[in-house]
Amino acid sequence: MKFSLSWLKEHLSGPADLQTVTETLTRVGLEVEHVEDKAGDLAAFVVGHILEAKRHPNADKLQVCSVDVGKGAPLQVVCGAPNARQGLKVVFAAPGTVIPSSGVKLGASEIRGVASGGMLCSSRELGLGDDHDGIIELPENAPVGRPFAPLVGLDDPVIEIAVTPNRPDCLGVHGVARDLAAAEIGELREPAVQIARGGFPCPTAVRFDFGDEAPRSPFFAVRLVRGVRNSVSPEWLRRRLQSIGSKPINALVDVTNYLTFDRGRPLHVFDAAKVKGDLVVRRARAGESFLALDGKTYALDDTMCVIADDNGVQSLAGVMGGAATGCDETTTDVLIESALWDPLNIARTGRALNLNSDARHRFERGVDPAFALPGLELATQMVVDACGGEASEVASAGEVPYRDLIIDFPVAEVRRLAGLALTPAEVKAPLMRLGFRVSGQGEQLKVAVPSWRPDVEGKADIVEEVVRIIGLDRIVSTPLPAVATVGDARLSLVQRRARNVRRTLAARGLVEAVTWSFVSKPQAESFGGAKPELALANPISADLSDMRPSLLPSLIAAAQRNADRGVADVAMFEVGQTFLGDRPEDQRMAAAGVRRGTAKARGAGRHWGETALPVDAFDAKGDALAALSAIGLSAGAVQVAQGAAPDWFHPGRSAALQLGPKLVLGAFGELHPRTLQALGVSGPLVGFELILDAAPQPKAKATKARPPFGGSALQPLTRDFAFLVDRDVPAAELIRAAQAADRKLVTDVTLFDRYEGPGVPEGRVSLGLAVTLQPREKTLTDAEIEAVAEKIVAQVAKASGATLRT
Amino acid sequence: MTDLDSLSTLEADVLAAVSAAADEAALEAVRVSALGKKGSVSEKLKTLGGMTPDERKTFGPALNALRDRVAAALSERKTVLADAALDARLAAERLDVSLPVRESGLETGRIHPVSQVTDELIAIFSAMGFSVAEGPDIETDDLNFTKLNFPVGHPAREMHDTFFLPAKENGERLLLRTHTSPVQIRAMQAKEPPIRVICPGRTYRFDMDQTHTPMFHQVEGLVIDRDANLGQLKWVLEEFLKTFFEVPSVELRFRPSFFPFTEPSMEVDVRCRKLPNEIRIGEGDDWLEILGCGMVHPNVLRNCGLDPDVWTGFAWGIGIDRIAMLKYGMPDLRDLFGADARWLSHYGFRPLDFPTLAGGLSQ
Repeated sequence: MKFSLSWLKEHLSGPADLQTVTETLTRVGLEVEHVEDKAGDLAAFVVGHILEAKRHPNADKLQVCSVDVGKGAPLQVVCGAPNARQGLKVVFAAPGTVIPSSGVKLGASEIRGVASGGMLCSSRELGLGDDHDGIIELPENAPVGRPFAPLVGLDDPVIEIAVTPNRPDCLGVHGVARDLAAAEIGELREPAVQIARGGFPCPTAVRFDFGDEAPRSPFFAVRLVRGVRNSVSPEWLRRRLQSIGSKPINALVDVTNYLTFDRGRPLHVFDAAKVKGDLVVRRARAGESFLALDGKTYALDDTMCVIADDNGVQSLAGVMGGAATGCDETTTDVLIESALWDPLNIARTGRALNLNSDARHRFERGVDPAFALPGLELATQMVVDACGGEASEVASAGEVPYRDLIIDFPVAEVRRLAGLALTPAEVKAPLMRLGFRVSGQGEQLKVAVPSWRPDVEGKADIVEEVVRIIGLDRIVSTPLPAVATVGDARLSLVQRRARNVRRTLAARGLVEAVTWSFVSKPQAESFGGAKPELALANPISADLSDMRPSLLPSLIAAAQRNADRGVADVAMFEVGQTFLGDRPEDQRMAAAGVRRGTAKARGAGRHWGETALPVDAFDAKGDALAALSAIGLSAGAVQVAQGAAPDWFHPGRSAALQLGPKLVLGAFGELHPRTLQALGVSGPLVGFELILDAAPQPKAKATKARPPFGGSALQPLTRDFAFLVDRDVPAAELIRAAQAADRKLVTDVTLFDRYEGPGVPEGRVSLGLAVTLQPREKTLTDAEIEAVAEKIVAQVAKASGATLRT
Repeated sequence: MTDLDSLSTLEADVLAAVSAAADEAALEAVRVSALGKKGSVSEKLKTLGGMTPDERKTFGPALNALRDRVAAALSERKTVLADAALDARLAAERLDVSLPVRESGLETGRIHPVSQVTDELIAIFSAMGFSVAEGPDIETDDLNFTKLNFPVGHPAREMHDTFFLPAKENGERLLLRTHTSPVQIRAMQAKEPPIRVICPGRTYRFDMDQTHTPMFHQVEGLVIDRDANLGQLKWVLEEFLKTFFEVPSVELRFRPSFFPFTEPSMEVDVRCRKLPNEIRIGEGDDWLEILGCGMVHPNVLRNCGLDPDVWTGFAWGIGIDRIAMLKYGMPDLRDLFGADARWLSHYGFRPLDFPTLAGGLSQ
C-alpha cells in the first residue's frame, strides 16, 4: 500500500512531519517498507543565480560562471552546458555533495586550468529524467540559496507500508489516517459525503440470478451519469495516481482507481452505451469465457460470480471489468457500480484464474460494507466534477449487511493478556479514536465494533487495539515463575538417541550434513521409495520431488559433489527424518553415514606411517556399531545378518543389523555398484543407515546401580588356538562357540589372525583365536586348563566344523 | 719395603689409570690390575701380615683407605662411562617428532551448526522449564492451518507458500508443515496445562533464493498457564536472546503485526550494530527483525479444548538457521544444506563442544 504524504494529509490534519508519520506507522503495526523522499534526498542541491558567464580561456565548449549561491561571495563554477547563461537560475551542488546518478562525491576541482567550486546540475545527474541537453532552468523567482526540489514539485514523499491481511481498512489512505489519528499525531478529517439527488430513474435494471441459492453478493448497486465528457483527469488526480505508480487512463477510470486507494472502496464503470439490457449478477456458466480489461481472456466456471448483460459476461465480479463495456474517450453515459462480494468466493476466483487486481486484493480481505453506498456517492460527485453530466437514481439489488457486534469487555482483560494495568479511561480513549463506540461504567465496558473492522471478533482483539495504540513499549518485562521441579527430563527418548548418535559419529571423524528432506524420483526409487503418496504435488524442482525414503541417496550424492570439488576422502553423516508413508507413524528418525575414498575411522588420506587403504564394509560396520552402542545396544547384542541388507548394498559385502529375526535396526556395507552407477557416483563408497526409533525402549529399572564389579585378584591367562574352517563359515560362529564353552571361565575371545593361502587347504581358512580365562576362586591347575581347552575345541568344532590346525 | 711415599705414588698411578679408561672394558682392566687378586693394591695389602704391630698401626689404615679411594674412583668412573654410553645410544635413537600424527576423529568430526544451535536452544529453554516437543513433517491441513485459526480460503493462508502432497480419493490433501506451530496444537491436545514447550524442527515453504530455502528450521515456544501474559513473553525473549547471543543485555522493540494464531500479534526487533560482514546483537543503533510472537488466539485455545477465559498463553517462533547464521557469521542460508565438507569443517562444531549453561554455550 502506497501513498504520498500530501495525500495522507488530506485525511489527517496537524503538523506531523514525515519522520513522525513513518515512525508512528510502524509503531501501530503498519510497517513502513520504503520511503521515497526526493526533497530529502536532494536537500543539498540549492538554487544558484548565474551573475556572469564567460568563455573558458582554454576550452571552446566550457564557460566560467560566477554563481551567487546565497551565502558569501559569488563562486566560480566551470560549466559545459550550452544553456548556462547570465541571469539564469540554476541547481547548484557544492563540493562534498554526492551526485545521485553516479554516486560520486563532488570535489573542488580545476578544469583546464580554471578552478571550479561546485557544479550546475542537469536533470539526469539528479536522477530526475533523461534530459542531458543542458542544466535545469529554474523559474526567475526561485529563491537563491534554498533547496530547489520543493520548487519543482518534488516535496511530496511517497510512503509504502505493509498491510497485514487482517487490516483491509488500511488498504485505503483514509483508514491509515484513522490509525495515525488514534495514535494522536493528528486529527482524522471526515467530511460528510454529499448525497447526489438522482435526476431520473436509472434506465439499467439490476438483479440477482442465483436460482434457489443465496446470492454471492449481498448488495449490488449502479447509477447512470449521462452526458459526461471523458478525457484526462484533473492534474491533482493524475499526480496522486502517478505518485504511487498507478498510470492515469481517463477521468472515469481514474476516479474508480482513486477511490480504491483513497477509501479502500473498489468501484467499476461500464460504458452504458455498450451495455445491452439489464445487468444480472449470477454464477458464470461452464464454458463461458471473458475478455478482461487487462487484455487477457479467461475461461470461467460455475463457481465464479459475474455481471452479465444480454450479450454475456461483462465483468468478473469484484476482480476485474470487461473490455467490451470499458470506458474510453467516446463514453458519454457511464454506469458506476459499487457492490459487496463474498470474500472467499473472490479469493477462490482470483486464485483459480491467477488474476490479481487491486479490487480483488480488497474484496477478499473484506471491504467496509457500510461504505458501499457512500462510496458510490463519492464517485458520482467526482465524476460529475471531472466530467460533467447528470446522475440518475441508484438502482440496486440486495441489502447492505449490518454487523451488530458488541463485545463485553472487562478492563482487567488488558492486564490478563498484556500484563498492563490500565484505567477504564486509558482503555476507552484509543478505542474511541479508532472508531469503536464504547459504553459502560467502571471496569465493565461494552465495545461496539465499527463496520470497517471485520478482523475484530472478541476481547483479545480489543486488547490488541488498545496496546498497539498506547504503545507496546509500555509492556514491562516480567520473569516467568520458576518451575516447581528441575528434575524432569526435557527430551524424549528419540531426541536423546539422536543427540548421542550425532556426537558419537562426529567423534569417529564424520562431519554432519543436513540435506533436503526431498530427493529426486530416481534417487527415491533406488532406495525403496517413490511411493505416489510421497511425491510432492508442487515440487520446487525435479531434483527435489519426493520425500526421502532414506538418508543415503543425498549423502552419497553429496560425497560425489565433494569428490568433484577435490575432497575425495569424505566421511559424512546425517541424523534426520525419513518417510515410509504419509502417516505420522511412517516418519522415522534415521542416522546414516557414508565414507568415500580412504576416509577410514583411523584417518583419511595418505600418511607416512601407514598405507592409505580404501574404505571397506568394516569401516561402515564400525560406525554403525558405535552408533548403536551410543543408544545402549552393545555389539554383542546385535546380530549381523549377512545377505539380509537392502538391495542397494553389495550383496556379498553388507549385512543387516538385527535384534532377533524380525527387528531390523539397519544395515551397513559397500554400496551396490549398480546403485552407484544409477546415481552417477564413483566409489569406493561404503555406508550404513539405522532407524533410531526401531530400537526397543530400554527396560525400566528400579535403580541406576550397576551390577557388582566382581574383578578377580587372580591372574587371568590366555590360550591361543588356530582353527581350520570352511571359508564360508562366519567367524562369529567360532567366537560365539568359544565363549559358550565355559561362560564362567571364558571372559574374552579375540580373533587375532585370519589367513588363507599356501599351507592352508583350498576353500578353507585359518583363524587364530585368543581365549582369556579368568580363574574365580583359585588358580587353575594344568589339568583344569587342559580340560577347558579341550571343551573349547570340541564346541568350536561342533558349531562350525572347524578343526584344530596342527 | 713399603713406605708412605710409595703408597702415594701407587695411588696416583692407579687413579690416573681410572681417569684414563675410555670405556667400561678398559676400566675393568684397571680394576683387575689394582684390586684384583694380584693387583697392585691387593699385593700391598698382603704385606700387612708380615708387618710389626707398630708398622701395622701406621700402614693398616693407610692401605685400607687407599683401597677404598680406588674403589670409589672406579665406581664413579663406571657411572660416568655408563651415562656417556647411554647418551651416545640415545643420540643415535633420535626420532623426527615433527612428523605429523594421524588426526583423531575428535579433531576432524563436526556437528552441523543447526544441530549445535538446536542444542544451545535446548540448554537455554530447559533451564526455564521447557520440554522439547516434536511432530511430523507431513501434516494435515487441519493442524497446519485450520486449528491455528487460518480460515479455509482466507488470504492469510497465502502468506505461506505451501508444498502439497497428492490429493487423496476423499479430497483430503496432506502438506509439508509450513511452520512448527502444528506441534503446539499437538502439545495442547496431548497434555493438560500448564504447558511449557519448545518445538524445533524442519519446516517447508515453496521458496528459493539467497535468504529462502524450500526447507528450513524453526523453533517455536509455547507457554499455557492461568496468567501467562505479554510481560512474561517479553522476559522470556530477552533472557533467551541475551543468553543465546552471549551478550550482557539485549534491547527489544515490539511492533504490532498479524499472525492468525495469536492475538495480539507482534514482531520483535532487537537492537544491533550492522557492520559490513557482521551483525552485533546488543549494541549499536540499528534494529533487526528477529522473531514473531503473540498471545495465543482464543480460537486456537478453543480448538484445543481449552477455555480462553481460564487459560492464557503466549507463543513465539524464530528461524534456527537464521539465528545460527547471525551468531556464527554464516553469510548464505543455502550453504547450510549444501553438504560441502569444507564448509562443514569450517562452520561445524567439535563433538565434545556440548553446549551447556554451566559450561558456557559456545567455546
